[in-house]
Amino acid sequence: MALKGNLRDFTTAQLLNLVNLARKTGVLTVNGREKATISFDQGKLVYAETDALRGDLGQVLYRAGKLSKKQAALIDEKLKGQSDRHLGHRLIKSKMISQADILESIRQHILNVVYGLFSWADGTFDFQANPEPASSRIRIPIELDTIIVEGSRRLSESERLNDELPDLNIRLQFVPRPENRLGKMNLTSDEWRIINYISPKNTIKKIAEANQLSDFEVRRTIYGLIEAGLIEPIRQIEEPKYTSRRQVSPQNRKPEASAADKRGVVNRLIDRIRSL
Amino acid sequence: MQAVKMVVTGPFSAGKTAFIGSISEIDVVKTERRITAPSEQIKETTTVAMDFGRITVDEDLVLYLFGTPGQRRFDFMWEILSEGMLGFVVLVDSTRPETFREARRILETFQSYASTPFIVAANKQDSEDAWQPDDLRIILKLDPSVKVLPCVSIDRESVKNVLLELLYSILEHLEDEES
Repeated sequence: MALKGNLRDFTTAQLLNLVNLARKTGVLTVNGREKATISFDQGKLVYAETDALRGDLGQVLYRAGKLSKKQAALIDEKLKGQSDRHLGHRLIKSKMISQADILESIRQHILNVVYGLFSWADGTFDFQANPEPASSRIRIPIELDTIIVEGSRRLSESERLNDELPDLNIRLQFVPRPENRLGKMNLTSDEWRIINYISPKNTIKKIAEANQLSDFEVRRTIYGLIEAGLIEPIRQIEEPKYTSRRQVSPQNRKPEASAADKRGVVNRLIDRIRSL
Repeated sequence: MQAVKMVVTGPFSAGKTAFIGSISEIDVVKTERRITAPSEQIKETTTVAMDFGRITVDEDLVLYLFGTPGQRRFDFMWEILSEGMLGFVVLVDSTRPETFREARRILETFQSYASTPFIVAANKQDSEDAWQPDDLRIILKLDPSVKVLPCVSIDRESVKNVLLELLYSILEHLEDEES
């Protein structure tokens, strides 16, 4: 089964949310400005690289300022073909670098790649299930909830946000048990202020006014909170705009069928369709 | 004679006409026109008002299936078609992710017309490019209580299964209303 598409039709936040909620394991390849490869294990981000931000350990440590250009080139030349895990062990053993520095450098590298992806508005993507994604790399499991919120903070495309959240008169509510997700996230003071106003009584417009936020700012923050699964829009039933020609005045209207009658009709329909 | 109706909706080219055609006992009454817009020329004709199919239950009861036109410019028809419906099917072409956002909007629009039960049918599941129903559930932001079923709209058994599941949901909805 495929998971293919184009970033024109989905935001990066939506894609990551899908991987997160479906607890997917595999590799997402995006061909946009360049090629990006992002690996996930059980819904957690574990590795990422692009053509420009190569993911081999020597390059990652060089970009983090932990190795000199000469050292990185030497590693590339002498230890080509070895796994990053093996290289990491050798670097720690030779006391060139600590384990903590290696892990933090990789973590920062992964985050840089994925946050960069949030600004891609175009590019085909393809997710392939793979039981051992990025097996040659040192994998750092990172929860996606925080990344989705932070990535949405960096969204700069108001057009796309308008498309995703067109109506500022909708009201919002918390999803059931939001505390399970809130505990894992680092929210900004603006996000906490908005969360204080989440109530079926308040429209997004009202929340923006109360917090003195522009339409763009409130859209961006609320979009991130929705995609991270903290809040959701409340759906409302509209009054019908059209009146049927068959509609009759209340006094001439036939009495509503009882629930038992309706159930009888539905059961007859079920029997008929089964028999087809 | 009592007539009840169900609506089959979904984005342009989701397979609504084929869905109704697979189960209707009459040839589907189509209101198709040749497509002239270059952006929509992935098929030759499209529904402009509605499709209409029928399943006779017995001499007292008949089920009408209405297929909505897929393009936004015909959405004035949607509310008229949705009036008095027993439930609705949102048909999504699982192989065309570029239509998922539109499917979500259509779904939200129909939900705003009436709080009747509905079901999402992930069509074209016989294609290797099809997204899985579980992935569609997440991307369409569907509540866990909403059924998302695999579907092949040219296969009668598959269409039967979707309609039966919708009817089971309608039964549950009636029971909930009573209790």
